[in-house]
Amino acid sequence: MISIQHIFKSFNDHKVLDGVDLTINKGETVVVIGRSGCGKSVLLKHIIGLIKPDEGTVLIDGQDVPRLTGRALDQLRLRCGMLFQSAALFDSMTVFENVSFALREHTTMAQDAMAQRVHERLQLVGLQEADDLYPSELSGGMRKRVGLARALAISPEIILYDEPTTGIDPIMSDVINDLIITLRDRLKVTSVVVTHDMRSAYKVADRIAMLYNGQIIAVGTPEQIRASDNAYVQQFIKGEAEGPIQEGLPDRRVLTRWSARGGLGIRQE
Amino acid sequence: MITRLNSSFLQTTAAAGAWVVEFCWYAGSLALLFVQTLGGWLTRPLRVDALAYELWKVGVRSWFIVAVSSLFIGMVLAFQSAYQMQKLAAEVYIASLVSLSVVREIGPVITALIVAGRVGSSIAAELGTMKVTEQIDALMTLAADPVSYLVVPRFVALLIALPILTLWADAIGILGGFLVGTMKLGILPSLYWKMTTLPLVFKDLFSGLLKSVIFAMVICIVSCFEGFRTEGGAEGVGRATTMAVVTSFILIIAADCLCTAMFYFIWR
Repeated sequence: MISIQHIFKSFNDHKVLDGVDLTINKGETVVVIGRSGCGKSVLLKHIIGLIKPDEGTVLIDGQDVPRLTGRALDQLRLRCGMLFQSAALFDSMTVFENVSFALREHTTMAQDAMAQRVHERLQLVGLQEADDLYPSELSGGMRKRVGLARALAISPEIILYDEPTTGIDPIMSDVINDLIITLRDRLKVTSVVVTHDMRSAYKVADRIAMLYNGQIIAVGTPEQIRASDNAYVQQFIKGEAEGPIQEGLPDRRVLTRWSARGGLGIRQE
Repeated sequence: MITRLNSSFLQTTAAAGAWVVEFCWYAGSLALLFVQTLGGWLTRPLRVDALAYELWKVGVRSWFIVAVSSLFIGMVLAFQSAYQMQKLAAEVYIASLVSLSVVREIGPVITALIVAGRVGSSIAAELGTMKVTEQIDALMTLAADPVSYLVVPRFVALLIALPILTLWADAIGILGGFLVGTMKLGILPSLYWKMTTLPLVFKDLFSGLLKSVIFAMVICIVSCFEGFRTEGGAEGVGRATTMAVVTSFILIIAADCLCTAMFYFIWR
């Protein structure tokens, strides 16, 4: 079980997380939604110990993540897999070397078994032919899928997905969604998914949590979130410009004035 | 008037204080990375393939530029000293002057500056790019220590390659002086060679090589540190690269001064 307890985090006086509390049960998939830059990825990095909170803590099966160091932290990280937003593949390594990295570093697995495991994981994400390619030879979506294969290579109990379907075509997105569901149903993997993609969120989530202004403002099953009477949640899940969330949005009056003046200069004769 | 002076004094004091704090933080961070690197080297097995690759990058790729620079510097040294020596009819001492200058000072320092410019900038850019593209975070999530994985092979490679490149630079620098001395200044080759080796003692070679070991540590730690603290995309990588080279240059010259003074007072 992952227990996020009252986490506060600021960067250069900019408050990102302002007392976040969230519990993710074993074998559960929780999707964290929220606007870009609201701190979803920062929350994910707290879970795996990449960022330490200013206040509060994260417990994974009772282990206090921010206070773990050295081998204990490594052991915990080997129980987790993380898919990064940018995939974060190692540029200097081939796809095979990327996916087999943790196996090479932390296991005594024989070459044949390792190759079999890597091919199996690449098959899961539809990239069985990409072994010898370098990240620079892959498209954005392919990189994301290799990142996912790398996260799955060590058979983790917990998987953290940072925007798993961003930059991937809709068909492949659905394959990734099915993969997340299969991992939960068959292997009882605990997952935390950060996404904007509401279609994906409804499909994979046991529960959805919405992060806004550094706090979790709503948590519930997809049905509960759909039926939420919270105006912020409704605006976000419907993807509407009108509503209580206006920070960072352009002033619509400017657009109206600009349009009235002829916009890009293309005038109707 | 007094209030304005007070305000100006306070601002200057605050700026000086902030600079001192920043300097102490920087020095402390470099020292910490140095200790972590030694710890990583001594406690975990060294990745031989990574070491071989770094040795190739540092040593093999730098030998030509080091040779060309050292050759010209040896020739310049011979010409410059000829001005004075010819007045005293002591051209034969040009050989000794070139050999001592090159082995004690010019060889180690020029080699370190070239390697800091060529290799240090590349280390900072590589690690900086890894930092801004979250590859270092990815390493950590895969339970790999970035210092052991990224810094230690570079550190050991520089410790091995820089002294070897320094010896190479010494030899080529002396050859540069030899070419000028024998072909333009009319010194007999056998006499030039004799006057080259005559004043050289073990201390000269040792002090030069010890300096190169210290410079190797400086280049690696500064460049890796600048890479690790990169933020903000391409602009940040560019800034890290510049900072790595500039800081390495300053610290190399400072360390050279310190080493020379130490040898002067301790081992005369």
